[in-house]
Amino acid sequence: MENEKLRGSHVISRIFYFYLDGFRSMTTGKTLWTIILIKLFIIFFILKLFFFPDFLNTRYDNDDERAAHVAKELTSVPSEQTPF
Amino acid sequence: MEDLYSLVDWSRAQFALTAMFHWLFVPLTLGLGLIICCMETLYYRSGDVRWKHITKFWANLFGVNFALGVATGIILEFQFGTNWSNYSWFVGDIFGAPLAIEGIMAFFMESTFIAIMFFGWNKVSKGVHLASTWLTVIGASISALWILVANAWMQYPTGMQFNPDTVRNEMVDFFAVLLSPVALNKFFHSVTAGWVLGAVFVIAVSAWFLWKKRETFLAEKSMKVAAWVGFAGILLVSYTGDGSAYQVAEKQPMKLAAMEGIYEGSNGQGLVAFGILNPAKKSYNDAEDPFLFKIEIPRLLSLLATRDADGYVAGIENIIDGGYPVKNAAGEWVTAPSANDRIVEGRAAIQALADYQAATKAGDVAAATDAALRLEQNYPSFGYGYVNDLAQLVPHVPLTFYSFHIMIILGGYFVVLFVVVLLFSYKKMLARYTWLLWVFMLSLPLGYICLEAGWIVAEVGRQPWVIQDIMPTFSAISRIETSAVQTTFWLFAVLFTVLVVAEVGIMLKQIKKGSELK
Repeated sequence: MENEKLRGSHVISRIFYFYLDGFRSMTTGKTLWTIILIKLFIIFFILKLFFFPDFLNTRYDNDDERAAHVAKELTSVPSEQTPF
Repeated sequence: MEDLYSLVDWSRAQFALTAMFHWLFVPLTLGLGLIICCMETLYYRSGDVRWKHITKFWANLFGVNFALGVATGIILEFQFGTNWSNYSWFVGDIFGAPLAIEGIMAFFMESTFIAIMFFGWNKVSKGVHLASTWLTVIGASISALWILVANAWMQYPTGMQFNPDTVRNEMVDFFAVLLSPVALNKFFHSVTAGWVLGAVFVIAVSAWFLWKKRETFLAEKSMKVAAWVGFAGILLVSYTGDGSAYQVAEKQPMKLAAMEGIYEGSNGQGLVAFGILNPAKKSYNDAEDPFLFKIEIPRLLSLLATRDADGYVAGIENIIDGGYPVKNAAGEWVTAPSANDRIVEGRAAIQALADYQAATKAGDVAAATDAALRLEQNYPSFGYGYVNDLAQLVPHVPLTFYSFHIMIILGGYFVVLFVVVLLFSYKKMLARYTWLLWVFMLSLPLGYICLEAGWIVAEVGRQPWVIQDIMPTFSAISRIETSAVQTTFWLFAVLFTVLVVAEVGIMLKQIKKGSELK
């Protein structure tokens, strides 16, 4: 029945129905997809947005300023050090 | 400074937690994937529908592991941008390019073919389905390649040039990065270690079926395939592990010294087969004996590390003091510099970078040229300039030593395990001894311990470096609040625990359900 529906149709429709039938017939897969979607939501919409801002991109507008910041960070440290 | 080290420690702990959690899923995907490929190939070649059901059963477990593990590695990339911004900027496209390729390949290759692998039964031909299964697993392995190339570059930076204008390392030779001996060894070592874990997993689950007197056909057939994959895997792991140790001896001698607990090097150095470190030894240069007890195989470490049984292997004190013969990048024998020499060079490099920045801002071309030259000359020791205590150059010896020896001992155990499974399989005696089935089942956690121990050796052993000799952890860090890192550390701990519990729960449910094979 499904194969008859797919046969002769456009390749995009066949791919669409391939995925649609696949998702419909899932059993454990539905639980797994739920976990994946919750996980992706937590990772990208909670962790990334609220806890993991890009340090340099959020503080500096362009690459020159970012490079200047890193250069300052990397060249200012030795003066704080005690002699070995 | 104390705050800085607390921040560094928490950031390291968070990265370690995330990486170790991610590393629970990846090797099982690689190993179980290959075993499924072998099983489906048997179905394709024999036409025996029982192999199809066996393949589908293990593919379901593969799917559970894949789904729970997917995107857990992304969190590592978040941490680079937030916690390790100096590092992220400093490595430039060298680190970004492999990760970007990995992301694209993972998305297109794995997501396309995994759909056919799971949805395509009875919808595509047997050949197309088999090809899709193989391509899913090959895609996953190639994804691992790019991640390991990036990691290998941190252990052995090559194919790049530092640009003092952008304060970034820029890739000048893509193939030097891709094909560095460290990258190749690391890739094959990690992937084949995944085969071992996949095999141990299949053997353990199959042993449970035999113990329960269920699915005996599936269990016996699966164990045989898994044991062959595992046996091939462990042999390749040994071979690539030997290659890795040789690379470590050349490029990260401090890591090798920590792996073996060597403080005083010598010619004809023995390999510690088993040892208990002396907890009273607190510093690399105190008078305490490093070992309470050890069993050593004479001259073997020299042979493995230098390919000469009388070759010289440096200890931690020697590496700090320098003065021993060592091969340079051109393959010539030179005298190893002391750590203090390298600290002087490192500080000269950092001062040269500061001078270059000032001269460029002032438009003083001559001074900038002079500074750039000094920077280039001293750049190989750049990271040493941030060291203010020689003890910072010594990794955590007990953790590195014990992890290395646990990995080696378990590696040896798995050789025996796979041989035993094969022997009993061909004699059709797999289900005869209950105690043996329990040994097979209890081997599963050992597989995970072995692989995590390997990761600890690779990563803890290279401390303090995020980029070997060029950047230590304490200059790679972002100046953020320690409390922010602590908060996200505990958030991850909760999230990962929930995911592991979900994985184990769904896996157990699937295993108990069994296959469609009647």
